[in-house]
Amino acid sequence: MADLQTQDYIRRSASTLTPPSVRNYEQTVAKLIDVSRCIGCKACQAACMEWNNLRADVGRFEGSYDNPMDLGPSVWTLMRFTEWENPNDSLEWLIRKDGCMHCEDPGCLKACPAPGAIVQHANGIVDFISENCIGCGYCVKGCPFNIPRISPIDHKSYKCTLCSDRVAVGLEPACVKACPTGAIMFGSKRDMTAWAGERVDELKSRGFGNAGLYDPPGVGGTHVMYVLHHADKPSIYAGLPNDPHISAFVGLWKGMLKPVALAGMALATIGTFLHWITVGPNKVEPEDEQQAEEVIRSARGDSE
Amino acid sequence: MTYPKGTIIRATAFTRINHWTTATCFVLLVLSGLAMFHPLLFWLSGLFGGGQWARAAHPWVGCVLLVSYLGLTIQFWRENLPNRSDAEWLAKIDRVVLNDEQGTPEVGRFNAGQKIVFWGMAFLVPVLFLTGLLIWDIYFSTYTSIGTQRVAVLMHSLCAIAAIILWIVHVYAAIWVSGSMRGMMHGYVTPGWAWRHHRQWFRSLVAAGSRGPTPASNDDLGKADN
Repeated sequence: MADLQTQDYIRRSASTLTPPSVRNYEQTVAKLIDVSRCIGCKACQAACMEWNNLRADVGRFEGSYDNPMDLGPSVWTLMRFTEWENPNDSLEWLIRKDGCMHCEDPGCLKACPAPGAIVQHANGIVDFISENCIGCGYCVKGCPFNIPRISPIDHKSYKCTLCSDRVAVGLEPACVKACPTGAIMFGSKRDMTAWAGERVDELKSRGFGNAGLYDPPGVGGTHVMYVLHHADKPSIYAGLPNDPHISAFVGLWKGMLKPVALAGMALATIGTFLHWITVGPNKVEPEDEQQAEEVIRSARGDSE
Repeated sequence: MTYPKGTIIRATAFTRINHWTTATCFVLLVLSGLAMFHPLLFWLSGLFGGGQWARAAHPWVGCVLLVSYLGLTIQFWRENLPNRSDAEWLAKIDRVVLNDEQGTPEVGRFNAGQKIVFWGMAFLVPVLFLTGLLIWDIYFSTYTSIGTQRVAVLMHSLCAIAAIILWIVHVYAAIWVSGSMRGMMHGYVTPGWAWRHHRQWFRSLVAAGSRGPTPASNDDLGKADN
């Protein structure tokens, strides 16, 4: 998303200085997706395409209600359908709107090597600033939810912006606006958490004993949350991670290795320089040349 | 190719071109790789026309380096095989670094330090290539899982740092041991240089009457016109 406000950043990728952050007196926002109220109409997908001017290539039918089959550079949100056999012998049709979760601790931003290609606004939205993106694919490795997609055309990474352009001017995201059942709600994170609590209580009263809010603490919570009727097993919802967190490999790569590597290279350079100014060059002495000449001469003498 | 009279040939023109192709690739890879490794070094990507160019060029340069290093491996592997005197030489490394080589074992074409650099790179270059392929997103991202790619990118970084440190040592050794740089730039060293630093190699050339770089190369040594 091209960015109109650059003074409300709380995080900026590959930046060692504090980003412009004076305009940060605002509440964090959240989108709440109530899976139990979703009817799978895909109005959210259509609204996302319309607002963001995205048109993916027409795909092929592969025997699934999922359409298209996966997220893509121009598919930022996607209904994922699962037929789940409940052990109590009932078949449940689970529908989850997939897309960027806008983590409080974003793995994509942590992994990104390009300064300012990924930013987090004070309201919690994680946004890709495409003009700074170098197309390396590190965000894909950083993300615990398998969300970013690199375009093979322009080699930039894309994902849901949480309609940061709409939110910046006080509008709700396009998918929220289009949802006919109120399954997608938008507001402050506090309000959405409170509203989710009411929904969870209601679901519990209707027999869904394990209903709950999905706001995974492993990534510091998210700014897109789910109400799940089976919050004890998120993975049944088309592979929603049970306990998402930034991979330890990414943590090591983007954490300890960076200073250790710089220190290692600096020490090697300083060490060699100290050797140069203390011990100095190893020079060939005139005696070396004399002895070498003697060896050659005597060898030639032997052979003649 | 002609060399000044009375000198020993250390590296043929082919070897030198091969070596400096590898060196150029390595430097380009270090600059573009470090740009993507640490935010403090991202400015290095400007040398390539920006981050997107640095990212796009890096893997292609890596492919050239793999082929180029293979050339060096074919030329040098036999003379880099470890032997008993390498351990002895390494045990006396403290005297070597103080420019006091008296009492250290006679060295063949390559000393134990050079062998460590050679085999270190011979291990690191293929690992860097293979892990690099896994994270070359536009061509290969669909062949492996993201979990595998996370391991690959970490290994790629670790191996790159190891290779850079080896390279720093390699470059400094060439500066430190006077005459080495000319050996790889212009291909020749003086007999005294060979006597001082690679006496066993020197003796083998003299015994064969060869001017170098190997005993089998030629039979020019000591002839009046060389």
